[in-house]
Amino acid sequence: MSEKVLMKGNEALAEAAIRAGCRLFFGYPITPQTEVSAYMSKRMPQVDGLFLQAESEVAAINMVYGAAGAGARVMTSSSSPGISLKQEGISYIAASDLPCLVVNIVRGGPGLGGIQPAQSDYFQAVKGGGHGDYHLVVLAPASVQELVDLTAEAFDIGDMYRVPVMIMGDGMLGQMMEPITFGEPKKRNLPEKTWATTGTAMQRKKNVVNSLYLTPEELEELNNERAKRYAAIEENEVKVELQQVEDADLVLVAYGVTARIAKTAAAIAREKGMKVGLIRPITLWPFPKKEIANAAKSAKCFLTVEMSQGQMVEDVRLAVNGAKPVHFYGRNGGIVPTPDEIVKEMEKLLGGANE
Amino acid sequence: MTQIILAGFGGQGILFAGKQLAYAGMLTGKEVSWLPSYGPEMRGGTANCHVILSDQEIAAPMIQSPDVLIALNQPSLEKFEKAVRAGGKIFYDSSMIDRVPENDEAHIFAVPATTIAASLGANNLANIVMLGKVLKESEVLTMDEIRMAMEKTISARKQNLLELNMKCLQAGFDYQA
Repeated sequence: MSEKVLMKGNEALAEAAIRAGCRLFFGYPITPQTEVSAYMSKRMPQVDGLFLQAESEVAAINMVYGAAGAGARVMTSSSSPGISLKQEGISYIAASDLPCLVVNIVRGGPGLGGIQPAQSDYFQAVKGGGHGDYHLVVLAPASVQELVDLTAEAFDIGDMYRVPVMIMGDGMLGQMMEPITFGEPKKRNLPEKTWATTGTAMQRKKNVVNSLYLTPEELEELNNERAKRYAAIEENEVKVELQQVEDADLVLVAYGVTARIAKTAAAIAREKGMKVGLIRPITLWPFPKKEIANAAKSAKCFLTVEMSQGQMVEDVRLAVNGAKPVHFYGRNGGIVPTPDEIVKEMEKLLGGANE
Repeated sequence: MTQIILAGFGGQGILFAGKQLAYAGMLTGKEVSWLPSYGPEMRGGTANCHVILSDQEIAAPMIQSPDVLIALNQPSLEKFEKAVRAGGKIFYDSSMIDRVPENDEAHIFAVPATTIAASLGANNLANIVMLGKVLKESEVLTMDEIRMAMEKTISARKQNLLELNMKCLQAGFDYQA
């Protein structure tokens, strides 16, 4: 195991990407993830990689598109308004079956919004964002170490299924420092990139990267083939953390750093004699539907906590499928909920449940 | 678990002092987290950071009721003084703040940190003087552990400032009202 170092989330993620073999970074600075660009601009030349500050987010994502088409491990990083600008490119990349990493260190929205932490881009990340039937695999780390581990994992998942992968953090995760180690990530058996446009050397048929199909039958067939890969991802790639769910009357559902605040709230609630558990989705897509449906058999109710006006709560409700009430508590605009606020909310709900 | 909030003007070295605590905690095998304020606050307003040192996994990285508050200016004191838990400790720079903190249940330590730092020829090291006093009055970390952290975190180019930092740390440690 390598030495423990204290690093900011943004810098740790950049270093983890380089260690995962990423040698191309295209981006445009925006708070609160500018340190990713800054770190990349310093480190990429040291590893014979390329850092390029594009003229805009739209340009950056299309550079990613090109590099991904050539089979390179490539990434871009931004924050909410910048990610909105990238949506067209992301849809094209998904349609062309190309792997890449897109990082969103979310800030308050809509519009230019603010620069403080938020989780209000959940819908955009998991329900499309760009047009057409496609998915991003969306990973939501809760600590700087998990951010490091998931960065390596993100590239592998992308290569394995030929899909773009998003890491969704928030301003807190990007800015905070925690001790980390860069361990050896577990290796997957990845398929060769036989589709990459690397030049034929007159030895093979040319590869084409394209997202335009004017024959409906052809487009439907391609979309259906991709849907099979999405189904395999849903089958194999769900990641979730469960804590004290078995005996819980109330199950909190939260992701990212918010889940850690919920964890503190759950500990306070347990001390007060409330039976509280926590489900933390680590993959937001694929969503841990089974685990939540399972918890609905024993729990009396759910409380989803988010830094938004209530987005993931819709997926929790779909998973619970009416079996139990699903409540919501959130702060938004860059306000971070406190453990005490969450405890108060739970007291209200469990008070009612006991009557 | 020890929860520490450091707060002051942007430029007073709040984040740096917090980083020394977090780094030293890490070197002694503790779980640590360091959460800074960022954005417009950093320019002239109040900068703060939340540092947690723990023997267990750290859940919420933001602090509701700090065990220790280090306040280097009045707006920072006003923002956090009442949040300090009963039995907690408030350290404030009495050369910058001209009133006593409002919290009857906390232990209060007034340190003229800016004046002490200036007398040592280190105008911008009030943060480190303050840190010295915190080490003296709480068992969170030792002088040697902070020194190890500084050796690691001060860049090679600025290692000549290490001794001045240590001098300020010692002066804070030795200060008696």
